[in-house]
Amino acid sequence: MREISYRQAIQEALWEEMGRDPEMLIFGEDIGLYGGAYAITKGMQEEFGPERVRDTPISEAGTVGIAAGASVVGARSVVEIMYIDFITLAMDQIVNQVAKMRYMFGGKVEVPLVLRTQGGAGRSSAAQHSQSLERWFLGVPGLKVVMPATPYDAKGLLKTAIRDSNPVIFIEHKLLYNTKGQVPSEEYTIPLGQAEVKKEGADLTIISYSRMLLYALEAANKLKEYGIDAEVLDLRSLQPLDRETLVASVKKTRCALVVEEGCKTGGVGAEISAILTENCFRGLKSPVRRVAGEDVPIPCSPVLEKAAIPSVDQIVRAALNSQKYQKQI
Amino acid sequence: MDPKVEKELYSMMLLIRRFEEKVLEVFSFGKLAGRMFHVCIGQEAVPTGVCSVLKPDDYITSTHRGHGHFIAKNADLKRMMAELYGKATGYCKGKGGSMHIADIELGHLGANGIVGGSFGIATGAAYASAFRRDKRVTVCFFGEGAANQGIFHESLNMAGLWKLPIVYVCENNFYALSTPLERSSATETLAERAAAYDMPGQVVDGMDVAAVRKAALEAVNRARAGEGPTLLECQTYRFYGHSRGDGSVYRTKEEEEFWKARCPVKTFGERLVAEGKLSLQEMEELEKDIEERLAEACAFADESPYPSLDSLYEDVFVEGSGN
Repeated sequence: MREISYRQAIQEALWEEMGRDPEMLIFGEDIGLYGGAYAITKGMQEEFGPERVRDTPISEAGTVGIAAGASVVGARSVVEIMYIDFITLAMDQIVNQVAKMRYMFGGKVEVPLVLRTQGGAGRSSAAQHSQSLERWFLGVPGLKVVMPATPYDAKGLLKTAIRDSNPVIFIEHKLLYNTKGQVPSEEYTIPLGQAEVKKEGADLTIISYSRMLLYALEAANKLKEYGIDAEVLDLRSLQPLDRETLVASVKKTRCALVVEEGCKTGGVGAEISAILTENCFRGLKSPVRRVAGEDVPIPCSPVLEKAAIPSVDQIVRAALNSQKYQKQI
Repeated sequence: MDPKVEKELYSMMLLIRRFEEKVLEVFSFGKLAGRMFHVCIGQEAVPTGVCSVLKPDDYITSTHRGHGHFIAKNADLKRMMAELYGKATGYCKGKGGSMHIADIELGHLGANGIVGGSFGIATGAAYASAFRRDKRVTVCFFGEGAANQGIFHESLNMAGLWKLPIVYVCENNFYALSTPLERSSATETLAERAAAYDMPGQVVDGMDVAAVRKAALEAVNRARAGEGPTLLECQTYRFYGHSRGDGSVYRTKEEEEFWKARCPVKTFGERLVAEGKLSLQEMEELEKDIEERLAEACAFADESPYPSLDSLYEDVFVEGSGN
């Protein structure tokens, strides 16, 4: 084990997989000499050549389409979409083409394609560079959606996503790139669709993913001061979703809190909450609660931006409210 | 041109025409799955001429009006008809239907229900061929309406920039459903847009299969030689409406008659007869043979089972991958 950053973990996954599959291609804006807006592909074009690490014009739809075409004829492809906000420009390609090709064509084709992108607020980048849009892809059968929170998960999950014969949307968080964690030097992969209990606990389950997982862990730590033993569950992949681990944890703690950075309305938390109600209703000691982003565009001013997304205190308060509710009944 | 090739071209156009007529016929008997199909009657010379110069492992992408492309790429008529019937034996196990028919083994990367949806996919297949240096060529069929989508510009720009082995074949039938070209394109022709992407652009008589074949041969040879993409604008006409229930109120009878007089199947057949390359007896035999093949295809589709309900959940993902 050694300590590396989330950025390095992703870099390693890409380099290793490029070395492993000589036909693998990477497409994206400014990913060559410039190394990508978040420096993920730095040095890769020099190493693997401009055909395999292809700088594209600012043409998100065309680029996703090209990567889809290349992957359908067998050249495993990764596209970097600089900001998830720009994924809107490629929505037809993702939703109508990439997600549905295999099914529409009766299982005749494979689409080994990864769309790597990053989202989230926290850098005063404002409404068009800070969103959490993962929810949009959950209702589109045919797509996998992966959102790692730690360097270890980022590397292992990205390697699996690249080797996957299905299209995967791999969403990083811009504020996680410099976070550090233990990552083995040896080769490893992590299966998609497996949630992980990051901290065991008995009193309630805090369910989260991506950067909000770090908040959830911090909140769990604070909750100890109130005598509450929280379990923290990292979904890691939203599609496929590990319902078993999710339901098992909540059946144990009988209390659940879902934390996500995106808007509350129509969010991931709503889906998780419905799953828990369907599966754990009788066992629940209090309603499933959600801590989520406010239903506003992300504002620029740091004061407002901070208020638009969940805080550790909000999570702690929501957890305490859940526990109070239990005492009342 | 080699008379043998000319006969093949005629025979293919006739097959496409009769297939489409059969589609209309069986639709009226309630045999097809749904109403979402678009026949290419009047446009047969374009897929026939273009696909006649392709190799079996070359790629094509097609459109919502795509039956002709697939037939010209040597589709099995039985499996094709079965797909249109929504049967389990169809090319896509009944899940795609007319607008999403595909077969990767025949190099058909898919018809598309989204106008302009396949520009990127076709360009990507060509990208992979250029990278692998496998000498395959991709043909991207599209209608003139699709040329007004943003991804047309994005894809042709990248293909021109990287000199990809692809031929963009525009089937300009002059109407995007009801909207005429002159009310939707700033340029009079689509071919002239090619200049913006540093590729040759050419207007082709899309009612003359020999002219289409000639232009396609040059473009495909260029692509195969690594000299880059071409944009061909084949001017043609759909004799029927956009889809069932479109009475074509937006076109004049005179205009329709003008184009129907130039019917690609009839005019080419007459020419071959006049030049003594095809006898009336051979023509009759051809008709009879096609009629039999189509009757077999319909019988196969008719007798085939509908997909099992279990198959509803199959093929959303490649199972066992990502573990």
